[in-house]
Amino acid sequence: MSPRFLLATRKGLFTLSRDGGGWSVTGPEFLGVPCCVTDVDPRSGAITVGLSHGHFGPKLHRSDDGGRSYREVTTPAFAPEDGANVASIWALASDPRHPDGLWCGTVPGALFHSVDGGEEWRLVRSLWDDPTRERWFGGGTDLPALHTIEVDPRDPARILLGISCAGVWETEDGGESWRSIGRGQYAEYMPDDLREDPVVQDPHRIRRCAAAPDVLWMQHHNGVFRSTNGGHDWTECPSVDPSTFGFAIAADPHDPAVAWTIPGLDDSVRVACEGALCVSRTEDGGATWTALREGLPQEHAYDMAFRHALDISSDGRTLCFGTTSGNVYISEDRGERWETIGTSFAPVYSVEFCPPRPDPEEGPP
Amino acid sequence: MPRVAFTPHLRRHLAVEDVTVEGRTVRAVLEAVFVEQPRLRSYVLEDSGALRQHMVIFVDGEQVADRASLADPVGDGSTLHVLQALSGG
Repeated sequence: MSPRFLLATRKGLFTLSRDGGGWSVTGPEFLGVPCCVTDVDPRSGAITVGLSHGHFGPKLHRSDDGGRSYREVTTPAFAPEDGANVASIWALASDPRHPDGLWCGTVPGALFHSVDGGEEWRLVRSLWDDPTRERWFGGGTDLPALHTIEVDPRDPARILLGISCAGVWETEDGGESWRSIGRGQYAEYMPDDLREDPVVQDPHRIRRCAAAPDVLWMQHHNGVFRSTNGGHDWTECPSVDPSTFGFAIAADPHDPAVAWTIPGLDDSVRVACEGALCVSRTEDGGATWTALREGLPQEHAYDMAFRHALDISSDGRTLCFGTTSGNVYISEDRGERWETIGTSFAPVYSVEFCPPRPDPEEGPP
Repeated sequence: MPRVAFTPHLRRHLAVEDVTVEGRTVRAVLEAVFVEQPRLRSYVLEDSGALRQHMVIFVDGEQVADRASLADPVGDGSTLHVLQALSGG
């Protein structure tokens, strides 16, 4: 099966497919509707999409036929007595413990769980009721945003969350209990005595190395960090060329020493550095980084890539990212050279690689 | 019985029909509608039950004042219009 990426934009959902002649674009589904985030279940190929209608609020849709058709499923919601509202859907991840298991992260920083592909949802109260929540706050949103759900491939009951701004959270029992982790992060935007408080950290995005699951990469509000022990301790990578600021980050699925970011100038000027778009890559665990520019615009470029708008294929060779300026790029050689897929898309919110489904003759992996 | 008319923009997403239902308040009328069209609820109301920020309801041409509890009275021959507010774009 040829590689595919799902491209979620402010004006609909597209599919990018590789065929003999190059990359083709199909879609959009949900024309005119902001599509925030997607999840592709690697076992079934089921696709779940989070939408964000300007008037009608967040909605969830699901496809069981590889994206040919979608149906609305139930949107996670609070009970009226909870005194909160789901403002938007910011993360989706399959739960391998159930054939149609799903996790959903939201603004205001709530986690929901479904065992039936989104027909019914349960608020994960163990996280919602954590007493530290009164110290959480929004980073770019009015309320906290749960943007990263990284299920450990070795143990689906072990899950790492990234929340802006509430830091990094871990469960080892499938969500029954949670703890705040993440020594080594620091928050330059906080008073000195709170600088290292784990629940005020702003990890923009966290990605796990599939082949070495204790290795995680973090694009934080004030730098890039790497963990080699499952997110408990983080080491800063200060040498990202040309800047340590950004939102999106990608982890090589096979090599724990390799990762990519899409740098921006800094947190007060969120544009590409010096009007030139680049992707920065490390191949030595974050010690040194190389800015990769071939095929990317090097003048009059003011793009940023949102936190979900970069992904990598399961073989580690093909990367795709989309930007706030509606530009979409693909590299098939680990970032050395980039091909422009389009320059007039709406702002890109999310890019997700569609993993090839297991051979039905062989059964699931 | 009060009549409820919905913005045509909703029909892109739901098979929603204008209806006539019982109810003496905006809340009661909407709850009667949602019995028949349960998916419609989340398009009009927040989880808390308040009217969504960028939705507006008119009762006989008057904009609903109580957007939280939706206790505005509705007469037997009233018409409710459930519309998108332009504040949402």
